[in-house]
Amino acid sequence: MTDGILAATLFGHRYEFRDIKDLLAKANEEKSGDRLAGIAAESAAERMAAKFVLAEVTLETLRANPAVPYDEDEVTRVIDDAVNEAAYGQIKGWAVGELREWLLADTTTNEMIRQAAGGMTAEMVAAVTKLMSNLDLMLAASKIRNVKHCNNTIGLAGTLGSRCQPNHQTDSVEGIRAAVYEGLSFGSGDSVIGINPSDDSVGSVSRLLEMTHEVITRWEIPTQNCVLAHVSTQMEAMRHGAPLGLVFQSLSGSQKGCESFGINVGMLDEAYALAKRYAVATGPNYMYFETGQGAELSADAHHGADQLVMEARCYGLAKRYDPFQVNTVVGFIGPEYLYDSTQIARAGLEDHFMGKLTGLSMGCDVCYTNHARSTQNENENLAVLLGAAGVNFIMGIPMGDDSMLSYQSTSYHDAPSLRALLRMRPLPEFEAWMEGLGLMRDGRLTDRAGDASFFLAR
Amino acid sequence: MADLTPAEVRSLVADILTELSGAGMPTPSAPPPRIPTPSAPTPSVPTPSVPTPAGAGTPAAAPTAAAAQALMAGASPRPQTGPTPRVEVADPTADRHTLGVLDPANPTGLTNLAASTGARIGVGRAGSRPRTWSMLLFHADHAVTQDAIFGTVPQSVLDEFGLFAVQTQVANRDEYLLRPDLGRLLSEEAKATLDQRCAKRPNVQIVVGDGLSAAAVTNNLGKIYPVLDSGLKAAGLTVGTPFFVTFARVGVMNDVNAVIGADVVVLLIGERPGLGVADALSVYSGWRPGPGKTDAHRDVVCMITENGGTNPMEAGAFVVEHVRAVVAAQASGIDLRLLQAGER
Repeated sequence: MTDGILAATLFGHRYEFRDIKDLLAKANEEKSGDRLAGIAAESAAERMAAKFVLAEVTLETLRANPAVPYDEDEVTRVIDDAVNEAAYGQIKGWAVGELREWLLADTTTNEMIRQAAGGMTAEMVAAVTKLMSNLDLMLAASKIRNVKHCNNTIGLAGTLGSRCQPNHQTDSVEGIRAAVYEGLSFGSGDSVIGINPSDDSVGSVSRLLEMTHEVITRWEIPTQNCVLAHVSTQMEAMRHGAPLGLVFQSLSGSQKGCESFGINVGMLDEAYALAKRYAVATGPNYMYFETGQGAELSADAHHGADQLVMEARCYGLAKRYDPFQVNTVVGFIGPEYLYDSTQIARAGLEDHFMGKLTGLSMGCDVCYTNHARSTQNENENLAVLLGAAGVNFIMGIPMGDDSMLSYQSTSYHDAPSLRALLRMRPLPEFEAWMEGLGLMRDGRLTDRAGDASFFLAR
Repeated sequence: MADLTPAEVRSLVADILTELSGAGMPTPSAPPPRIPTPSAPTPSVPTPSVPTPAGAGTPAAAPTAAAAQALMAGASPRPQTGPTPRVEVADPTADRHTLGVLDPANPTGLTNLAASTGARIGVGRAGSRPRTWSMLLFHADHAVTQDAIFGTVPQSVLDEFGLFAVQTQVANRDEYLLRPDLGRLLSEEAKATLDQRCAKRPNVQIVVGDGLSAAAVTNNLGKIYPVLDSGLKAAGLTVGTPFFVTFARVGVMNDVNAVIGADVVVLLIGERPGLGVADALSVYSGWRPGPGKTDAHRDVVCMITENGGTNPMEAGAFVVEHVRAVVAAQASGIDLRLLQAGER
């Protein structure tokens, strides 16, 4: 953009933008993290002026202007190298405003979107998101079905999964087992039985993998287990024979951000190869990633780009490993990045749409911390919006209160409630299993459900 | 509906119009609609304190609604208020192990499962939703955290210990949450006040900050402060002029010491409240804090609260001993640990 110009006149006032990165940042919906970074629009009118300009920018321009240059950042390289040139050739002349209307058109189908998405980079995905309203994001996302398989099938139309998240302050095997039983009795655990450990050692992580695997085997549950330790710890546990269903890692949208998490593309490649060899799963999808807007800024690894662009880049990186599931942990980061329930809800809808458009099996940890301006009521609101938008899975946590991570998310009660409200079902293999045990009938909980002690019978 | 004849539809519409006009309202003598109660009356879990469903008696609003109905129907007015029921709720936070599953497969087993974790399990359900008691308890736990974060430390608490207040560069509570960087910097006015009112170069400077929980300071200061102050003096250390910092983050220690020049700064500050534990205090301390010093150069005693944490008086005594060690080693944080490891 050396001799170009990016400007708009709005209500008689002229606004000019330095470069594509500046334009993208100023076109972002309001986020406290972009203000903290000093890159947000200075007024609501300037934000709208940026959106008008962005609507005219072509996808080709966005590919040529990644948030971090190709030669300097391996995340940029992973994303750009994965572009399907045939698909790109068909869309590169589109303006971002046209892309929005094409996505929303009644004649544009799931297959058409998935084909075109092969030609997109993260900056294109983020750019169109900035032009979409909340309902746009929901409607467009609801068209896209990304179906994946590990030991069961996630992402089918009309299904809503629930990760059973039975965390314990000190990783007590018995305490976690009790919370797993509670979750299963509510129909949570079809996406994964996934524990955030407080102790990242190979020994402790292996113990939790063995316990959850034992429960899965004893009760013949069509699901997979995961302990969300650092990927290097899980690799070590796999090499020592620990029974693991999904390999987990938190991702960042820049090489520097990934380095702050102690990972790089080479390490993730190795983890993926190990998972294919050692995971106790049918596959072909073996990976699980978490992301969340603002993480790059908190590691000073955002390269002056806004948090939506950096989040989209996480999804571009995730796509390399064709994961079984990905979720944004949307409200975990705190009010200096997403101030209140309005910003958290917006980010949740954006992330879900961007993940789906990138081709991922996208879920959401619908959550907030105690110092954010939000409440459980507003958390439930976002869960319903995401359910209506076709989110692949949400979290299941005892009463939504994570006693280890000290934040609030969705309860074991919430997936069954959303399934009833939105006429959805658990993942099909899991539903059949619940029905076989008499815990569910026609996709709804029976009188025996919601009782952890049911699972003391075997 | 599809099978109705036009005549039937007209009749139906007439009925609806009649009802909407008020003539078809239930007569005042009709019994009030029954308030549904959860399906099973008393859980069979062998826990004594399972609460009866809240509001099992007549809801307070019902008589008023009935009176309004009666007036609309043109009947004689009924009493505007009924007798006030006796409702005395014992503190539900006193026993959190109350189980809510109505008919568990294995009652003893369920009790044991619930006892194995602090997570909220064994709570049961009302349809697919939480039961009333556990839902209200959850919201109460969130309410108390909100009061702690968005509250202020009363002046009377500051007066009790002779603390004057200065402020960081943060202007209000919203900015405090949005700009952690400004909470680490004193305002120019604050620096001038400290320069004017505080003794310089003491061995120890005690600072109190609100942090993310006013309740932590309000509830614990009276217990921890006297132990700290008298313990440090008894140890032969000079203690500077104490004060309170509004809208403080931990890093404000560095800015404070640029004015004071103490050997050790001890900061008592409210922690980010967890659900149900809203008054936990942390004590941060460091050897000669200054520009560039981070958490790596500091030591912390956290979770100081009488609600399931470290007792504030014990914490005070522990901090006194720790400060003596810091003064002796002339180091804190990772430097202190390296020194101590070298001695072993």
